[in-house]
Amino acid sequence: MFKQLTDPKEPGFQVFVDGMAVSARPGDTVAAVLLRTPPHLARHTPVRESPRAPFCLMGVCFDCLATVDDQTSVQTCLVEARPGMRIERPRGKLKVAQ
Amino acid sequence: MADFDAIVIGAGTVGAAIGYGLGQRKWRVLVLDGADTDFRAARANFGLVWSQGKGRGMPAYQDLTKRSSDMWREFHRELCASAGGAQIDYQHAGGIAFCQGDDGFEERKALIEALDDEYRSAFADAGEPDVEMLSRDQVQDLMPDLRLGNSVSGASFGRRDGHVNPLQLLSALHKAIQAQGNEIRGRTTVDKIRPKAGGCEVSSGDLRWQAGRVIIAAGIASGALGRSLGLDVPIRAQRGQVLVTQRLAPVLPLPCSGLRQTAEGTIMIGATKEEVGADVSVTARASAWLSRKTIKIAPDLARAQLVRHWSGLRIMTPDGHPVYAQSEEHPGIFVASCHSGVTLAAVHADELAGHIAAGALPASYNPFHHRRFDVQTAH
Repeated sequence: MFKQLTDPKEPGFQVFVDGMAVSARPGDTVAAVLLRTPPHLARHTPVRESPRAPFCLMGVCFDCLATVDDQTSVQTCLVEARPGMRIERPRGKLKVAQ
Repeated sequence: MADFDAIVIGAGTVGAAIGYGLGQRKWRVLVLDGADTDFRAARANFGLVWSQGKGRGMPAYQDLTKRSSDMWREFHRELCASAGGAQIDYQHAGGIAFCQGDDGFEERKALIEALDDEYRSAFADAGEPDVEMLSRDQVQDLMPDLRLGNSVSGASFGRRDGHVNPLQLLSALHKAIQAQGNEIRGRTTVDKIRPKAGGCEVSSGDLRWQAGRVIIAAGIASGALGRSLGLDVPIRAQRGQVLVTQRLAPVLPLPCSGLRQTAEGTIMIGATKEEVGADVSVTARASAWLSRKTIKIAPDLARAQLVRHWSGLRIMTPDGHPVYAQSEEHPGIFVASCHSGVTLAAVHADELAGHIAAGALPASYNPFHHRRFDVQTAH
């Protein structure tokens, strides 16, 4: 769906989206990684559980919220991907129960 | 002839409950509300319907709170219907107050016992105690989904406690008053109450209305309004700051004093008690303190994001207990002022409104008169 414009010779690294290894490159935002990864979603909303994808890509719309390295509700379009990062796409309300 | 049977000054939770209660008795009522920019305790409320731990030194207040808590279910049912099927999220299944450390547990236990002793010495027909101390294990059984922090030593459980959405409550009271055919006038700051033969005249700028009864329920403005009418109530503002988290899957089955999960799933964290005068700023110091005390009780809540932080001015009297009084010089003028307008809404609508309509507060209301503050201080 989306094609990377970065230099393919530049070495990439792995991040984990819901436990699945996905490749990323230096300078990618986490939102960019989510957009490349089927089904191209960031989350399902807390109340109606409808799907949301990164939209504005500039920190305004809050549709790209996901859990990054255990931190909840991160605006993924404002965070750069780092090697080994764990990204989880929330579905519904956050569960803090044991 | 008077324009109205009663004029209620103040359309917050207290004034609106009294106005609604009078309307249920088919009274013609005008409820006057202040400016949009006025301080509004009713719109910054935490939402507890709470009995345990309240009323030290005044068994009559304990009794009032217990009565109101018992009336709340029926009040809620009737209000939802009167407001055209309004939704008011309300749960009455008990509530807990956490204790931290052995000292905290013993301190809480001593308070609960002292309150029960005071209550029993004043009310011979007191039933079973409505608050009991729970061990940490008992608390964990009650809230299996919440991992308790290490310092939690137990809790007091009050079966009369519960919680409600305070904004839905206020909105339903306003809707019900209008459905009764009565009027709420916004942006109408009262500047004078003038006693007249057979009633009173209330004025706001060039506007004037007459009524047989006037009820001052104007929050922190009540003191100034009543001063020249024999209702000189010492009221001060106390700031309370509250934090609200994102919506979480159900984790708190019961309201826990300064921690409750709303029907929507947000967790409300309250509240500071600050003597800073008429200042509704929010402070980073308060959000840090509120967050820290919450995480001590429930470490997993550290994962939740905060989405709102607000402050409001609460109504305080010198002893923290309510004031209900009728002016001796000018019968027909009443004042009603309290900190717990949500908890007491049922008693205000069902009972107090009836006494006001009858024209006299019964002897059981004597302890609430503000003359209790007229004592000379020994130096």
